[in-house]
Amino acid sequence: MTHILKPQFRHPKLRTNALGLTRRDYEGVISTLCAGCGHDSVTAALVEACFDMELPAHRVAKMSGIGCSSKTTNYFLNRSHGFNSVHGRMPSIATGANLANRDLVYLGVSGDGDTASIGLGQFCHAVRRRVNMLYICENNGTYGLTKGQFSATNDRASKNRRGMETPFDSIDLCNMAIELGAGFVARAFSGDKAQLVPLIKAGLHYRGFALIDVISPCVTFNNHTTSTKSYDYVRDHNHMVGRLDLVPEREEITAEYEPGTSADVTLHDGAQMKLSKLDESYDPTDMETALPVLERYKKRGEIATGVLYIDDREQDLHDLIGTTNQPLNEVPADALCPGSSALDAINDAHR
Amino acid sequence: MQPDPIFNEFVLKFGTVNGSGSASANLLCAKALFRMGIPVSAKNIFPSNIQGLPTWYEIRVSEAGHTARRDGVDVMVAMNPQSYKRDTAEVVAGGLLIYDSTFERDFGREDINIVGIPIARICAEHWTDTRQRQLFKNLLYVGALIELIGLDAAVVEDLIAQQFHAKPMLVEPNHKALHLGRDYVRENIDIRAEVRARPANGTKNKIIMSGNEAAGLGALYAGATVATWYPITPSTSLVENYERHATKFRRNEDGTLNAAIIQAEDELAAVGMAIGASWNGARSFTATSGPGISLMAEFIGLAYFAEIPLVLFNVQRGGPSTGMPTRTQQSDILTCAYASHGDTLHIMLLPGDPGECFTMSVDAFDLADRYQTPVFVMSDLDIGMNDWVIDALEWDDSRQPDRGKVLDAAALDEVEEFARYRDVDGDGIPYRTYPGTHPEKGAFFTRGTSHNDSGGYTEDGRIHAENLHRIKRKIDGATERLPAPAIDIRSDLSRIAIVNFGATDLAVREGLELLDEAGQTLNHMRLRAFPFAAAVNEFADRHDYLFVIEQNRDSQMRHLLLAEAGIEPSKLIAVPNIDGMPLTATFVRDAVLDALRTLPEYKDALTPRISAE
Ligand SMILES: Cc1ncc(C[n+]2csc(CCOP(=O)(O)OP(=O)(O)O)c2C)c(N)n1
Ligand code: SF4
Ligand SMILES: [Mg+2]
Repeated sequence: MTHILKPQFRHPKLRTNALGLTRRDYEGVISTLCAGCGHDSVTAALVEACFDMELPAHRVAKMSGIGCSSKTTNYFLNRSHGFNSVHGRMPSIATGANLANRDLVYLGVSGDGDTASIGLGQFCHAVRRRVNMLYICENNGTYGLTKGQFSATNDRASKNRRGMETPFDSIDLCNMAIELGAGFVARAFSGDKAQLVPLIKAGLHYRGFALIDVISPCVTFNNHTTSTKSYDYVRDHNHMVGRLDLVPEREEITAEYEPGTSADVTLHDGAQMKLSKLDESYDPTDMETALPVLERYKKRGEIATGVLYIDDREQDLHDLIGTTNQPLNEVPADALCPGSSALDAINDAHR
Repeated sequence: MQPDPIFNEFVLKFGTVNGSGSASANLLCAKALFRMGIPVSAKNIFPSNIQGLPTWYEIRVSEAGHTARRDGVDVMVAMNPQSYKRDTAEVVAGGLLIYDSTFERDFGREDINIVGIPIARICAEHWTDTRQRQLFKNLLYVGALIELIGLDAAVVEDLIAQQFHAKPMLVEPNHKALHLGRDYVRENIDIRAEVRARPANGTKNKIIMSGNEAAGLGALYAGATVATWYPITPSTSLVENYERHATKFRRNEDGTLNAAIIQAEDELAAVGMAIGASWNGARSFTATSGPGISLMAEFIGLAYFAEIPLVLFNVQRGGPSTGMPTRTQQSDILTCAYASHGDTLHIMLLPGDPGECFTMSVDAFDLADRYQTPVFVMSDLDIGMNDWVIDALEWDDSRQPDRGKVLDAAALDEVEEFARYRDVDGDGIPYRTYPGTHPEKGAFFTRGTSHNDSGGYTEDGRIHAENLHRIKRKIDGATERLPAPAIDIRSDLSRIAIVNFGATDLAVREGLELLDEAGQTLNHMRLRAFPFAAAVNEFADRHDYLFVIEQNRDSQMRHLLLAEAGIEPSKLIAVPNIDGMPLTATFVRDAVLDALRTLPEYKDALTPRISAE
């Protein structure tokens, strides 16, 4: 595998966004994943969402761990800085980066091995600290890069290619994140771009910790008939609990919604989230009623997708620890060093 | 008739129970002696436990400035029946032992003076609250020392008043307890200690401070804004001190803070956060001890290979494993020099006292930024947690941080093509830029996988080799910019010398004087950084033998001198010490003499050792 840049040729008729950038400007180097890998669809959805949102790409920091999924940060947003760290430790790198500069957009991409096994501790603590980032877990129920071992999100009923079962229950990252205080939690399917793109946009708008658990099939190791993370299984068992429409601040809301079936959430930056319910019993703003419903879906082998939880307080780590509004990496040295007279006083207190 | 007193040269030791509140009373004594103008050092010898086990506090008092730990106790305050036996044995002949004679006891030594004071009984007579009864026992023995060794009462009273200036109600009862102790001795005891304290002039422009506080201050002065850590003895108080000073000096008018301090979930996360912050252009650090370093290893390799500045304070303790968490050692030298898998080699700074913890802490941030690499500040429990008398800290207000080769937006506009890992200047140090700087230029991919000079993934062996060699050249280029070894040619003729580093220096320098007395004059080099500067080899070249004194079993620094400085094995004589206690001058003298006796050239000049010590 090498570092293949895409040709720089730009078609004169390519649509540009308000920043004068084309969709191509949001792409990265050519993917080296297996043809049909769900992760490539997530990459495509990310490109579309960022293009539509007119994100200044250089203000986005792409964070990842190790795995096929973590590699994908190289395949989009070429103009952004990327950090492909070590296996399972992206959350701590992202936390530190965010502490240093609260003004960038942090986009984390990880896998289920990276997040739910080796990195479970760091993931939980990043959620709990409400690090302002969008964390996407490309969940295929297997370790793709090391060739198909069970991951901790693999369902008990889900056999591997050789027909072996795992004796252990799976970890549900969404349920866990809700309990740990994530502000925005969603689940999606890499095969449904129409659902995924608005979720990504909402996650990027959200201030605080946003998780999207994207079921993203591994065509090579976990797409067989006995897998619950195969394309077919997910298509057949996908239950959208609600549809999300995201309306940026400057646009007027024009869509019509049935009364009583939608919930509106205005995000800190003015963007409006319109959540129309598809499951009457499900209220994504109420943790207490939402969790049992999710549990019920899971027991039935169904996959609940859409916005699973949203906390409109939108608190982040900096709010919790009271850091300055200015990015710490921009505070001038003079403001940081107390100087010699303060040191004289400190000396005096030690005599 | 008592013999003439010996002034301002003695060891005063307290044997107490941990969690009994004795620590602040003991510090009070050390500070009072210091304020009387006498150089002191205070060593806390404590258990890994919160309450109920024996703990000791040793104060060496030396107007001559010999403040390394010394064996043999002149005045023992034995407040812990659990350790009576051991404490009594340590008192030198003619010394004095003070104990709580509420319960009388025979200590079985005729050659020392025993002073019994019914401390518990007196406290019970004056206070009803059990906690107060316990706490004021400590002040009572301090009061007794006013009479017994000449501790200055006014100085102690002042210190108490200062200590409780926020709670003035507590001053009076503390003074009362102090006076009860003093008056009891005055009225009931004829004996006085052979050693006495009297005002002197030895502490002008000195302060008394621990290395962890000094290192934390260094981080503050260097402009570190992100501190991420996980608690572990003996490093904990480093970040706590940083935090204490940061919340004072970094507070904005709106109440927000120009600092972020995160107690992480473990050391992996602590170092990960420090790396993330520094990647993003903030000065960041983490502080830990041996077990934490082991956990951080994978990330340290990432910072080395992806060339991200990183400052790590390793306040070393006794290893391996959990080892002796509350004892001192210098046993992470090799672990840190080559931390992480694959080929690595790291810069280590080796502070010899809290003063250097301050200066080297500031230097570490400049070096990490300049060389875009991890820098270890290798402190230890003795320097980090004990109070040392050092020169007052100094700061040059014209000093600006050296952020190294960082391109801002304007500079990026100037460069034709930005390549993160390209050796533009021939010194092996590439240029970096912080994320978000420029809309079109400077974006790069940071990775721990092998990369070409623009950060792209590669499996090309030639490119990988070139990159690793460049990183090596980069670090080699740092050697002469690191703190230089402190070299003392004590005799132009001498062909033998001591090499040491870190906390052992006071003991070594005093030991060198003892060796002079034994007829052996040695030269001295204290290493202050790794990798080694050329001066280290030059020093080695002018000597036949170097006695490498270090506090670990396997003579780890000697290994580095062999491997990295290429010094002849037969020249480097290992002098290890691993009892976990701060080194003493007599150890230095005896160990060096013993080693000399094994050398043909020196054997005959030395008499066999018939020591009574
Ligand atoms: C410390 C460490 N242990 C093991 C590995 C090997 N490893 C690389 S990727 C991976 C699993 C990746 O699984 P996942 O995160 O689910 O990503 P996927 O490839 O499935 O997208 C493992 C075990 C490693 N890189 N580092
Ligand atoms: S192994 Fe699986 S996860 Fe990895 S690229 Fe191939 S399909 Fe995708
Ligand atoms: Mg996976």
